[in-house]
Amino acid sequence: MPWITRGLRNGIVTTRYPRRRDGYGEGFRGAVVVKGYLSDQASGISSVPIADRSEPGSLQAEHRLARQLELLCPTNAIRADSDVVRVDRGSCILCGRCVAERGDIFAFDPSIEVAALSRSLLFVPELTDLEHEREHLREQLGKKVYSLRRSIYVRHIDLGSDGAEEWEIAALNNPVYDIARLGIFFTASPRHADILLATGVGASNMVDPALRTFEAMAEPKIVIALGTDAISAGIFQRSDPAANGIASILPIDLWVPGSPPSPLSIRSAIFLAVDLLPKAKVKEKERR
Amino acid sequence: MSDDRLTISTVSLANFKQRVLLAASNGRFAAMTAYRNDDQMFYIEVVVSSRSEINLIRASLELNQKNYPSLSPQIPAAIWYEREIHDTYGLIADGHPELSPLVSRPTECFKLGRLDKNDADIRGSKVMGNVRGEGVFSIPYGPVRSGVFESIEYRVYSFGEDIPLVEIRPYYKRRGVASCFEKMTVEDGVILAERVEGTLSVAHATAYCQGLEQLSSTRPPKIAELGRVILAELERIANHLDTMVRHTEAAGQAIAYARLSFSKERIMRLRSLLSGSRFSRGIVVPGGLNAPLALSPMAIITAITDIENIMLSDIEALMTTPSFLDRLRNTGKITVAEAAKTGAIGPIARASGSYEDIRGTRPYGGYRYLGFNLAPPMYQGDALARALVRIEEIRQSLHLIRQAADEIAEINPASLNPESWRCNLEIKDGLVVSSVESPQGELLYHLEVSNKKLKRVWVRCASFHNMALFPTAFKGDILTDFAFIEASFGLCIAGVAG
Ligand code: SF4
Repeated sequence: MPWITRGLRNGIVTTRYPRRRDGYGEGFRGAVVVKGYLSDQASGISSVPIADRSEPGSLQAEHRLARQLELLCPTNAIRADSDVVRVDRGSCILCGRCVAERGDIFAFDPSIEVAALSRSLLFVPELTDLEHEREHLREQLGKKVYSLRRSIYVRHIDLGSDGAEEWEIAALNNPVYDIARLGIFFTASPRHADILLATGVGASNMVDPALRTFEAMAEPKIVIALGTDAISAGIFQRSDPAANGIASILPIDLWVPGSPPSPLSIRSAIFLAVDLLPKAKVKEKERR
Repeated sequence: MSDDRLTISTVSLANFKQRVLLAASNGRFAAMTAYRNDDQMFYIEVVVSSRSEINLIRASLELNQKNYPSLSPQIPAAIWYEREIHDTYGLIADGHPELSPLVSRPTECFKLGRLDKNDADIRGSKVMGNVRGEGVFSIPYGPVRSGVFESIEYRVYSFGEDIPLVEIRPYYKRRGVASCFEKMTVEDGVILAERVEGTLSVAHATAYCQGLEQLSSTRPPKIAELGRVILAELERIANHLDTMVRHTEAAGQAIAYARLSFSKERIMRLRSLLSGSRFSRGIVVPGGLNAPLALSPMAIITAITDIENIMLSDIEALMTTPSFLDRLRNTGKITVAEAAKTGAIGPIARASGSYEDIRGTRPYGGYRYLGFNLAPPMYQGDALARALVRIEEIRQSLHLIRQAADEIAEINPASLNPESWRCNLEIKDGLVVSSVESPQGELLYHLEVSNKKLKRVWVRCASFHNMALFPTAFKGDILTDFAFIEASFGLCIAGVAG
């Protein structure tokens, strides 16, 4: 039987994450960040020269710029005024247009820890005064998962995805990400599932099956909205019948942007959900 | 230009069917759709593709007329299209065997008056009538599947171990792709195209962009067309590997599963190194590529060779594992006659005696520089033949990638600036049918641009066309073969549901 020896052939290919960073994660577009803007209040850096506001016409020019930036984005993920420009990662589909057109303001970041505990925490730079909300949500989620067994069971449900998210979830089983090694398993039965990984735009015909699946899960149960489509329907916001993500169907605990999110992001989100992330890592994320 | 041999003929409804049958006798029925024009009239359109050209035959219905002659009795491939047209526009194909809902929920069709109550309750009732009786039971698979799958429902009606009938309900995950296109700008359309079937982003983006390019009689720079070939062939390898991985999963071949999914991961990583996206999104744009490939031709060839050695030797080992082959042999058979009758496309067709591969028959884009040799088809038509066809295609793809990389090296990409990967494209009005060979088979984009805006985009995914064939593949196969038959079709449900 040739397979047995074959299994050993490549040595260890499994990523060390979360204990160590995975070099690959740095290689691609994880999320969009704002490098700098007219005013440096929010971002701390300013690569775009700050106009002298006492000069006539400068305010109009700022408004024009803000409007231009907003129009760059095909999914309305950019919100700009004259003080701050924000990217709503929950709507961003990583098309790269803003980075290509205004590389002085936007950039891709290889971050894989993109999951957020609420919809409003998906904006970068962060909306103000969310410290409290985040603490609260963290605590709540912590309480919820406290009683979870050592092994975590995950059930996936597709509510109208483009098929790519399923590939990336399935990739968690390949030897590189190998989540079974970390005590996380996929299960076919919702009754055994602790986590529901929901993908897709929230297609109306999937509402009933989704509710049935959710109701069949035992407490405590965590729902992860996986991918920009699941969060806001992304480019499908315009579709008919209108879709707007799965939040109107299921109660979401964790929001993972990306189109689709990479396997590393999905893994990291599951870790965050069940409190498996090393504490230091969480701290670092919170500081950002 | 050699790739836009499109003939559009408008005929009267009385002559419509005859014209289509005539065209189909010299070609292959490829697609069918309907639409409502600004004048509120309904039009029916059929696409017949042949070796050398694409024929679009169009007929208009009188105002308030809802009926047209069904093509299905003569062209079985039209069955699903006529059901879809019925769901979407309420038009009735006279003589259709069963116009039951396909892409719409039965209750919706009932509300719209397209279905009577009884049918809405029991879909597929007519077909079911034939199998109802002692000992028949129905087993629903889905829409929430056991495992990480896209949502779809199969209903298997069985007398026991044999499978006499499979009913397919793809409407669950319908997102309304066509309606979404109408609200996109021409530039943004490609972003949506990439998400119609997310695992086939390159094929969709290329088909969309190529349509616009054909309309304005512009060809992207040679280097960009070659770049698209590399991206498309990597996508093909990833998709074919994915079907292999699914087979090993269904067969419980744990080590083979790990090995092949590792190779797939490496392909995905190579794709993301080239374009920044694991699905090569955001790089194919109207006019070419919006950035140079991020690796040099030499680096691409090195990476490919590295992956190839392990991948092919694993596949070889798998294809000599008797217990695995036993599961595929004679499973889900589609005869040569059936494939021809239903106009099957892609690897499924090529495992049942067809030479259909438009990279070879109607070369487009970068393939025109590369001398693509069609591989001889297989004739067995079972899951094993489909697997062997895909494996051969993986080899071909590797070869094409090398060829394309060599050609790019000749152009000397280092001496070029990023702009030379893209040409300026002036958007022109018109109607075009653009086609590419996606990993699942011929993909059609039917684009109409008017006043420099997208007026109508209709996408015919290979999976939609081939899925109609799915029930044909069950011939006394035992239930445990279901997973293998499904995997061997390798369909993208997002593309079927629309
Ligand atoms: S990457 Fe695209 S979708 Fe995301 S913010 Fe920029 S323009 Fe919008």
